[in-house]
Amino acid sequence: MSVLALEKLKRRFGDDILESHSKLGDDTVLVKAERLYEVAQFLKDDPELQFDMPIDNTAVDWWQVSEPRFEVIWHLYSTVKHMRIRVKVRVGEDNPTCASLTPLWPGMNWHERETWDMYGVRFSGHPNLKRVLMYEEFVGYPLRKDYPITKRQPLIEERIVREVPTQRNPPPDMLNQP
Amino acid sequence: MKDEDIIHNEVLVTRRSDAESWLRQTIERMSQPGINWSRKFSLFNYPFVTACCGMEFMSVNGPRYDMAQYGAEFPRFSPRQADLIWIVGTITQKQAPILRRVWEQMAEPKWAIAFGVCASTGGFYDNYCTVQGADRIIPIDVYIPGCPPRPEQILDGLRLLMDKIQTEHGRVMV
Repeated sequence: MSVLALEKLKRRFGDDILESHSKLGDDTVLVKAERLYEVAQFLKDDPELQFDMPIDNTAVDWWQVSEPRFEVIWHLYSTVKHMRIRVKVRVGEDNPTCASLTPLWPGMNWHERETWDMYGVRFSGHPNLKRVLMYEEFVGYPLRKDYPITKRQPLIEERIVREVPTQRNPPPDMLNQP
Repeated sequence: MKDEDIIHNEVLVTRRSDAESWLRQTIERMSQPGINWSRKFSLFNYPFVTACCGMEFMSVNGPRYDMAQYGAEFPRFSPRQADLIWIVGTITQKQAPILRRVWEQMAEPKWAIAFGVCASTGGFYDNYCTVQGADRIIPIDVYIPGCPPRPEQILDGLRLLMDKIQTEHGRVMV
């Protein structure tokens, strides 16, 4: 539907659009991280596009698969023209920072906080960038691929849990225990 | 003070404590079944509902399955007035301090039921954010499996807890 948006973006920004496709109707653009804010501003303000509704913000961790490591993804919707578009940006591991789109769409606030919480991608220009789901004492970013899959960080000391002896599960002979 | 006085005092103290404990045990032995019977039919609930099992808890509390037939229908939303805490749903690491605090605020005698597989063992959430069973936070009396459990299972679990309360000893005077 919004092949129009892809064409307008390519005409307006040229080489700053690194990739684009509209496979199965999913219009997708990969833009340079430095020009992200201008691209988003254009998508919001252009009278033929008017992407006025923020749908989602998330990230993909391509650890040991491709470089740069993180792909930050925004989904937008135009309630006027009934079009959807996906905007992607690639950021590296050593400095995972890209522009925040919260100044354009206030609804992106908590989405970007969640992406920061789970992947550790910093959004410059975000008004309140702190964890939204995990607690402040949590160390690391749990959805990164290098986070250990069962590593837990309890806030309080846990009780020691033992197997409950039953008829089917008899208690171990204490004398034979080492 | 002479030595004899000290010895005399000790003997007196010992005898008095002996008498007290004998009296206490006798009262408990005679009154325990009746007190347990009245406790098990007047459980005041504290529903600690954190997840989707709450819908099933509501249906058990409703008129069709009718938890009121066991005298356990009355939810108290203050832990200080509750006897029984229902842990209904997943306990996350962020939720764990709250659960322990609620449990510590409840007055003795108190019981706990882990409702559903998440509260019992963590369920399929074997990941960074989920406590692997509410028994790692507070002691649990009855575990009800299921995702979510059927209302019949819940009533069965409640009956198990009532049987447990009936056979309890030494909780008359805390």
